[in-house]
Amino acid sequence: MSIILKAENISKQYRLGTVGTGTLGHDINRWWHTVRGKENPYLQVGGVSNRASKANEDYVWALRDINFEVKQGEVLGIIGKNGAGKSTLLKILSRVTAPTTGSIKTKGRIASLLEVGTGFHPELTGRENIYLNGAILGMTKPEIKSKIDEIIDFSGCEMYIDTPVKRYSSGMRVRLGFAVAAHLEPEILVVDEVLAVGDAEFQKKAIGKMQDLSTGEGGTVLFVSHNMASVKSLCTRGVVLENGYNVFEGKAEEAVNFYLKSSDKSEEADLLSRKDRTGNGKILVSNIEIFGGSKLKLDSVISGEFLRLRFYFEVHEEVNEKLIFGFSMRDQNEELKAMVVTDEMGIDVNDLIKRGYIDFSFKNLILRGGLYNIQFTLSKTNTNKENHIDYMEKAFYLNVLQGDFYHIGRLNRAYTAAIIPCFVD
Amino acid sequence: MSEANDDWLYEITPKRKLIDLNFKEIWRYRDLLVLFVKRDIVTVYKQTILGPLWYFIQPLFTSVIFTLVFNNIADIPTENIPPFLFNLAGITAWNYFAQCLTGSSNTFRSNAGLFGKVYFPRVIMPLSITISNLMKFGIQLLILIGFYLYFVFIAGHDISPNSNLVLFPVYLFMIATMGLGLGMIISAFTTKYRDLTVLVGFATSLLIYISAVPYPVSEASKELGSYGWIVEYNPITYIIEGFRYMLLDIGIFTWASFGYTFLISVVLFLVGLIIFNRTEKNFIDTV
Repeated sequence: MSIILKAENISKQYRLGTVGTGTLGHDINRWWHTVRGKENPYLQVGGVSNRASKANEDYVWALRDINFEVKQGEVLGIIGKNGAGKSTLLKILSRVTAPTTGSIKTKGRIASLLEVGTGFHPELTGRENIYLNGAILGMTKPEIKSKIDEIIDFSGCEMYIDTPVKRYSSGMRVRLGFAVAAHLEPEILVVDEVLAVGDAEFQKKAIGKMQDLSTGEGGTVLFVSHNMASVKSLCTRGVVLENGYNVFEGKAEEAVNFYLKSSDKSEEADLLSRKDRTGNGKILVSNIEIFGGSKLKLDSVISGEFLRLRFYFEVHEEVNEKLIFGFSMRDQNEELKAMVVTDEMGIDVNDLIKRGYIDFSFKNLILRGGLYNIQFTLSKTNTNKENHIDYMEKAFYLNVLQGDFYHIGRLNRAYTAAIIPCFVD
Repeated sequence: MSEANDDWLYEITPKRKLIDLNFKEIWRYRDLLVLFVKRDIVTVYKQTILGPLWYFIQPLFTSVIFTLVFNNIADIPTENIPPFLFNLAGITAWNYFAQCLTGSSNTFRSNAGLFGKVYFPRVIMPLSITISNLMKFGIQLLILIGFYLYFVFIAGHDISPNSNLVLFPVYLFMIATMGLGLGMIISAFTTKYRDLTVLVGFATSLLIYISAVPYPVSEASKELGSYGWIVEYNPITYIIEGFRYMLLDIGIFTWASFGYTFLISVVLFLVGLIIFNRTEKNFIDTV
């Protein structure tokens, strides 16, 4: 397949701080350099974009030397943490702002969807706004006219279509906006996380439309998201941005795994050196690790997806009584969200502990997005306190990213009760 | 990749050409231009009782006040023309200029939200403002014609337009390009430093007094003495004076002043277009 879009050495520099008399000096200096045909002197400076660190320069590189190619019909996912440069890249792609250096070449017309309902005028009716919004997105009047019934139908707002948009609920406004956008037929569509709005039924529709565009009509989609589940299911390829650099490019699945590994490094806790533990200490939990479906060691996991929790043990003194191992997961309010105890599962763990580790696997992780701490207990015979061998609170922090538990294309809410596998019949 | 690299549709780069206007693209967005014009006209007086009547009221009241102040108190002569009609003609032309200027001078700031989300040729925005103001001008011209006919046929004044009336479209063109050009220059300069916005606010309301709106140019030359140049070198003066000349056959018209004004308005428009174009690529970072 042919390359439809090519980004070469894209960089974008921003100035930190406010605009005022201080910036005037730089502007004049820059202008003076341009007049003499010299390069912008401030291109040589600028720090790495890391929002948590202290700013010690006036300029920052929001994007630095980004290179990628997109082939016809591909769905490219762009992922990264807040402030990694995703939105800046989208803005450049959609020609809202220009790169500081580098260039993007394209063979197709790009339509961007950074927001739905851009340019809606509250005083105009739904129908009038469809025309206005469609034209803003680059459609011509006959094009919109031929699709107007479809658009109204897709939006599901037929009853209100001749009422001013200011009387609409916010959800209806989004539906109308997306309905227009969904009927764009660009060669390249650039989408920001517009899917995170609207109700479940509508999100399903929206995702379906995006899939149609890429599979059925051979359109190319560039998709920016925090929603790892939808990146995995929608995209064919992924690009991971970190602090303005392109740190990974490859298959969507691999890109998501790379992102999960690199995101929010949990404290490298050397469990053995921790003193905040109780029990007789004959056997100690030495390490805790998490793995995803592909046996890849992870740092974060996605709600609703496969998770394997591995506890490593160090045996100092043999214990012959029946061993019981249990652990619990608590959220940041110290509320207990889930608990696993081996005696309930009817598992004999003595041999496993002798072997060195126990794996606990969850087919669909029931925790919602959030940070959870893991507390474990190893005891003999029963779980009474006097029988504890090793016990520790907050032994491990489990970073759960919001996911799509029911596989319907929408994120579950974060940070409430655990999700119970449940179906409606 | 060994692709043929010459068939790219377009390229997004930081480089800027002097004039980077893609007329094909602007033509493709012509429907948007029409819709913006429609939006501007339809929405201004939504939920008002008098609706488009407000278009009439503003110039009428201004003319009445001008007549009271400049002709009744200050006693500025208007030859055989009724002072009210004299003022109304000047104000009608002035209003179009002022609205084009203030409307397009806000382009970047007031549309930052829209411009920050989606690309379309930015020049569509000031163009649509100029065109929708042309509609308003048309409505205001109607009342001017109405009063004109009243003064000729009912009040029995001897007024008639002269042969210069054929220049009417040229005058409209000059007003539009001058307002648009100046507005685009200001809008480009106010994205980063807001100082000029403060200036535009009171400058337009002062400019009306040195643009020969409430008096003929001959009065200014006579009464202002060595300060007369303030009015005489002001290109808008000749637009207003010329506009009245062709409609009411009053004042002075020279081809030199006409050419001067025409040149200035074209230059302003081109300079405005260039500056506007240079700004549109990156303004969203500094607005």
